[in-house]
Amino acid sequence: MASRKHEAYSKHSIETSNKTRFVMAELPTNLKGFAHVYERAHINTDEIIPARYLNVHEEAELAKYAMEDIDPEFVKRVRPGDFVIAGENFGCGSSREHAIWALRGAGIKVVIAANYSRIFFRNAINNGFLAIECAGAVGIVKGGDELELDLLAGKLRNLSNGQEATFVPISDFARELIEDGGLLPHIQKKAAKA
Amino acid sequence: MGMTITEKILAAHSGRDTVVPGEIVNAKLDLIVCHDVTTPPAVSMLKKLGINKVFDPSKILVTPDHFVPNKDIKSAELSKQLREWRIEQKIERYYEIGNHGICHAIAPEQGHVLPGQTIVCGDSHTTTMGALGTFATGVGSTDLAAALATGELWFKTPESMLFELNGDLPFGVYSKDIILYIISKIGVDGARYKAMEYRGSGLKSLTMEARFTITNMAIEAGGKSGIMPADSIAEDYVKARTKEPYTIYGSDEDANYSDRHTINIDQLEPMVALPSLPSNGRFIGEIERTKMDQVYIGSCTNGRIEDLRIAAQIFKGHKVADGTRAIVVPATTEVWKMAMREGLLEIFADAGCVVSTATCGACLGGFMGVLGAEETCLSTTNRNFVGRMGSPKSKVYLASPATAAATAITGTITDPREFLKASAQAAAA
Ligand code: SF4
Repeated sequence: MASRKHEAYSKHSIETSNKTRFVMAELPTNLKGFAHVYERAHINTDEIIPARYLNVHEEAELAKYAMEDIDPEFVKRVRPGDFVIAGENFGCGSSREHAIWALRGAGIKVVIAANYSRIFFRNAINNGFLAIECAGAVGIVKGGDELELDLLAGKLRNLSNGQEATFVPISDFARELIEDGGLLPHIQKKAAKA
Repeated sequence: MGMTITEKILAAHSGRDTVVPGEIVNAKLDLIVCHDVTTPPAVSMLKKLGINKVFDPSKILVTPDHFVPNKDIKSAELSKQLREWRIEQKIERYYEIGNHGICHAIAPEQGHVLPGQTIVCGDSHTTTMGALGTFATGVGSTDLAAALATGELWFKTPESMLFELNGDLPFGVYSKDIILYIISKIGVDGARYKAMEYRGSGLKSLTMEARFTITNMAIEAGGKSGIMPADSIAEDYVKARTKEPYTIYGSDEDANYSDRHTINIDQLEPMVALPSLPSNGRFIGEIERTKMDQVYIGSCTNGRIEDLRIAAQIFKGHKVADGTRAIVVPATTEVWKMAMREGLLEIFADAGCVVSTATCGACLGGFMGVLGAEETCLSTTNRNFVGRMGSPKSKVYLASPATAAATAITGTITDPREFLKASAQAAAA
């Protein structure tokens, strides 16, 4: 695996209780991470976190079993700040938000898929978790590549092979939720203003 | 431009005259359904934020269903958290073990679901309730927390897809076969983000119970919701359960649909979805008579009384095959009681089936029939994903309760019509 030199995320992150939430003051232009690639379509939430582990909901606990049924090595390989690259309809099936928590708990910073099931995508932005729609990503990335994501420009760069893919920048609505740190801080903010 | 039922319900709940697909609305919620897996995290989130009161306890329904009666200590803690929370919040619509049921089955059965409502639950099969002309969709725990705190939620107005069902179901073919057929045609993302709306003469021939099976599986095509106009069959169902007033919405003649599909249901045959996607449906005549280690009859898809009646009709006078196990799980306590009174439980027991209390159980690989490596199971549930019912090396096939019962008797995937003909002849003789 390529040597790891992760960006310090401190300027984009704050600590809330015992979890690290990435609350962004502005959309970052240079998120860097290493890729875990699942190019198959329809990776479902039972695969991301099997139901046998749904009797808990702590991120650190769920993280131990992330992707277990399709990639038992994932939890050994994953490092904080890594990216998941995936094909179409990522996160289909059960509505379990545990899928987001398991990935985030394991250290995944961004998921970049060709597209998403609606509940997974909704859960992602409600959690202030980055889920980027980029059809070209699977074509230019292989496992272990180092990637750089420019959220403002809508560009994904593969630093390992120099290739690039573009994506439609996230919608204003999703951006507002992500910038507020998720749906609950967002509604609290709205309630405080009202 | 006319509007679809879905657009009308969302407009009415967000204080607008019209909405168009793509528009984000903040809609008021009429019912929030809570279960033991996704609600405890939502409760923890609210506590952490210092939100100590739900917006309106009378609009919330709580039933533990996934891992009950509790399968282990951790799931007991989840149920306990749910129970204590509902007492603290004074939520009266609560179904404790002994009255419990799978949330999507018990909510309509007990008269909590009305036409024209907006309903969310932290569960993807919330779409089930759309069969009563309701906008019902699944959400995650954060959405659930926001819904519980504020009584409203943001929705992107979905495009609607129209499915026109024509004709009557042939002998031995059921609503499960219709939905497996539709998903086999459009794929597991064929309705991604969309409302799957049904109408047509074929709908008229389906009971409410049969209809719930169809809307239940909207999510298996990626749908945001499944919805059917509330007709006299729906109204009879609702009026038998509650006196609450409701509003019926119907789609306008000139409403806009992103796609239209016509399904001649009189042409269908029993369907089986092969592992490991619900879209792998085939007519039963086209597949091998694969050996099944287990047959599972239950879930929010097919655990209602009509499902058990048809299974019992087939099991009557037969035994489960050597080398196969059959597990019957009524969807609610009320279904269990009806099955008892009608003598169905005795038929199952005599055939050598295990009959469980209502639970999600093995549908999601929880307990009560989890599969080992290389094991095969024909199940009346809705998902046959890798590892869904247990080992990632197990294989799940989806079919109707009739096909499941016939398969349990022979031990290999079997066309239920073989048994139904014999039982019809015996009844006539
Ligand atoms: S029966 Fe299965 S599909 Fe239905 S709510 Fe329970 S786990 Fe989900």
